[in-house]
Amino acid sequence: MWPVRVCTLMFILVAGAGTVLAQHEFTPADIEAGRQQYANTCQRCHGPDGDLIKDADIGHGKFRRGSTDDDLARIIRNGIEGTPMAETNISAPNALTIVAYLRSMATAAGTIASGDAARGKTIFEGKGGCTSCHRVLGNGSRVGPDLSQIGGARRTLELQRSLVDPDAEIVPANRTLKVVTRDGATVTGRLLNQDSFTLQLLDSREQLRSFSKSNLREFSFVANSTMPSYKDKLSSQELADVVSYLASLKGL
Amino acid sequence: MKRALFLIVLIATSLQAQVSNDRLLKSNQEPQNWLTYSGHYNAQRYSALSQITPENVKNLEQQWIFQARSLEKFEATPLVVDGIMYTVQAPNDVVALDAATGRIFWTYSWTPESAARPCCGRVNRGVAVLGDTLFMATIDARLIAIDARNGRPLWNIQIAPPEKGYAMTLAPLVMKDKVIVGTAGGEYGIRGFIAAYDVKTGKEAWKFYTIPGPGEPGHETWPADSNAWEHGGASVWVTGSYDPDLNLTYWGIGNPGPDWNGDPRPGDNLYSCSVVALDVDTGKLKWYYQFSPHDEFDYDSTQVPVLADIQWQGSPRKVMLWANRNGFFYVLDRATGQFLLGKPFVEVNWASGFDAKGRPQRVPGMTPNNQGTLILPGNQGGTNWYNPSFSPRTGLFYIPTWANYSSLYVKQEQEFVEGRTYGGGGPRNTVPQGIRTTVNNFAKEDEGYGAIRALDPHTGEMKWQFKMTDVTDAGILTTASNLLFSGGREGYFYALDARDGKLLWRANVGGRVISGPMTFSLNGRQYVAIAAGNSLFTFALRQ
Repeated sequence: MWPVRVCTLMFILVAGAGTVLAQHEFTPADIEAGRQQYANTCQRCHGPDGDLIKDADIGHGKFRRGSTDDDLARIIRNGIEGTPMAETNISAPNALTIVAYLRSMATAAGTIASGDAARGKTIFEGKGGCTSCHRVLGNGSRVGPDLSQIGGARRTLELQRSLVDPDAEIVPANRTLKVVTRDGATVTGRLLNQDSFTLQLLDSREQLRSFSKSNLREFSFVANSTMPSYKDKLSSQELADVVSYLASLKGL
Repeated sequence: MKRALFLIVLIATSLQAQVSNDRLLKSNQEPQNWLTYSGHYNAQRYSALSQITPENVKNLEQQWIFQARSLEKFEATPLVVDGIMYTVQAPNDVVALDAATGRIFWTYSWTPESAARPCCGRVNRGVAVLGDTLFMATIDARLIAIDARNGRPLWNIQIAPPEKGYAMTLAPLVMKDKVIVGTAGGEYGIRGFIAAYDVKTGKEAWKFYTIPGPGEPGHETWPADSNAWEHGGASVWVTGSYDPDLNLTYWGIGNPGPDWNGDPRPGDNLYSCSVVALDVDTGKLKWYYQFSPHDEFDYDSTQVPVLADIQWQGSPRKVMLWANRNGFFYVLDRATGQFLLGKPFVEVNWASGFDAKGRPQRVPGMTPNNQGTLILPGNQGGTNWYNPSFSPRTGLFYIPTWANYSSLYVKQEQEFVEGRTYGGGGPRNTVPQGIRTTVNNFAKEDEGYGAIRALDPHTGEMKWQFKMTDVTDAGILTTASNLLFSGGREGYFYALDARDGKLLWRANVGGRVISGPMTFSLNGRQYVAIAAGNSLFTFALRQ
């Protein structure tokens, strides 16, 4: 039995999802913890937007079974017999953080314009010039993150934000490192690994490079994203098309 | 001539003497061997061997590797007794190796019950020896005596129920006719204890509960109106030390439970997060000092109590040196428990200092809550169980350190259910993607770093530090030739000059070092050994 932390009943109306009962007041920390749990446990089947299972668009508050927070937490822990949704070893508090994340997804959903993935591909490879840095299934540059599976890893909301405001969140592993060698040469690239004595990176010419730190004059991360904002470069429909294309990329 | 040589070898082999109590007491006088988890009862991890020096350490080369048939973390420190090395292949296989070649003499395998549920890996930190008998504590909370010559079990006792979360991961410690262990399980709502067993029979000699029962002093530090004390944790999972002159054995005690929510357990929660000094013969408490009263940050005080005899304010004093997971370095009088010094060795924000008796002064508001409170040091502590070292030669105390490291502490309500985890919330890492493991492309110095820090124990002042990009779970060894050996998560094993922290030598051992280095000598050659990844590596000077 989960001891109820906040007893106030809150009624949240989610567009198109009917009335959802939420018995718990969730904090930003709960939602963030839930986001991580969701990515580790749920995303593979349900997808980053929670909409991959037919009739169970859990990212938009549409559940086949259960409606209260406690119902959902119980289902997350016990699974659903006769379906691929198996029992998990997630603790009751952690299951509730996933519920917190699902609730937050639902309230934030519905703000994305629908786009055309095929048109988005054309923009991605043409006008947008995205392949000069990014690679999709073997086409394009390796300098930026490979996006072949990005649709399975990021919510459409996050994809849109990266396009219009690339500095909003730079995934730590995607930061650009600038290195100045003892003889004055400057190399930039994505840091792939490092230890106390060495650095490994993929440089701007797509070469895997190794540096001994003792041979460097300096090395530091570049503060901002090297990606330009497409806020004013593409129309809102074009942006929606590119987002749709990216969301369709699920790898091989 | 060949026959004569054979005879000599035969005689040398037959001279393998039993490890008497006297040898254990004077183990620092036979530095060719390593007879206890920490090398000697004083737990300094300091060796008198000096063949390897700052000048020639660059000539170290790998001698042999023992690849464990186990993918668990390799946390054991081996023993070496007259040319035979004894270590544990996780979880609970004792292996006897030829210390010259790494070849296996015998293996004793214990398959732990499936009910075993150690919180943090099916690991083991090594064995103890007395006479011809080895002692291993198991993750299903058994203590097993094994014949050191043939690997056959001599006795095997259950000391606590594993289904309730009791487990043992520590190396036992033998003193007199007793073998002493404690139990892990601080995340499962156990009631911790330290207990002594007769070395010949396994019969329990005494038991000291780390949470006092009704009527015992200290019980009043738990709520009177609940049974919180019955499942308040206070585990023991790192080997203690021993002062034979005082007849006291010292043990560090783990966190109270639930770990991150102190609400069900108002009070100081003795003897969680304390060091206890026990009479070896009776198990009676002589004194205690509590580092973190009413801990809410998982600051186990399960560090190795390091015993040193130093000058203290002009006169010789028997002290205990302790760098605690809570971020403070302490000097205590080990005869009385008197608090002599407390000073942060890393960034600390949960306490501002100490009162005259050495009680930490909590900073208001620095407590886990529903949103998450940023606390330094973070959940893994400024240091943890990995052993420090004290070198009487340099007079410095060396600490494997997590510097500038924090966690967000979140409190949640949780009911106690026997055998289940009982944490009441948890820490969240402030470093993106959690604690770093194999790839290190998102670490920044302002997110914390690992280091070896050298402290002057008289003042707590840092004399030098050796910084690492990643954090460290590696222990430290110092030697009479002013060398310091350690490792880290990056997979290096290295030697520093113990006087100034200068890097003198390093070797890539290809896996995380989650153990303490040790040294021994055989046929006139000094070896250093370190477990890393899933293997044990030995090095000696090139011949």
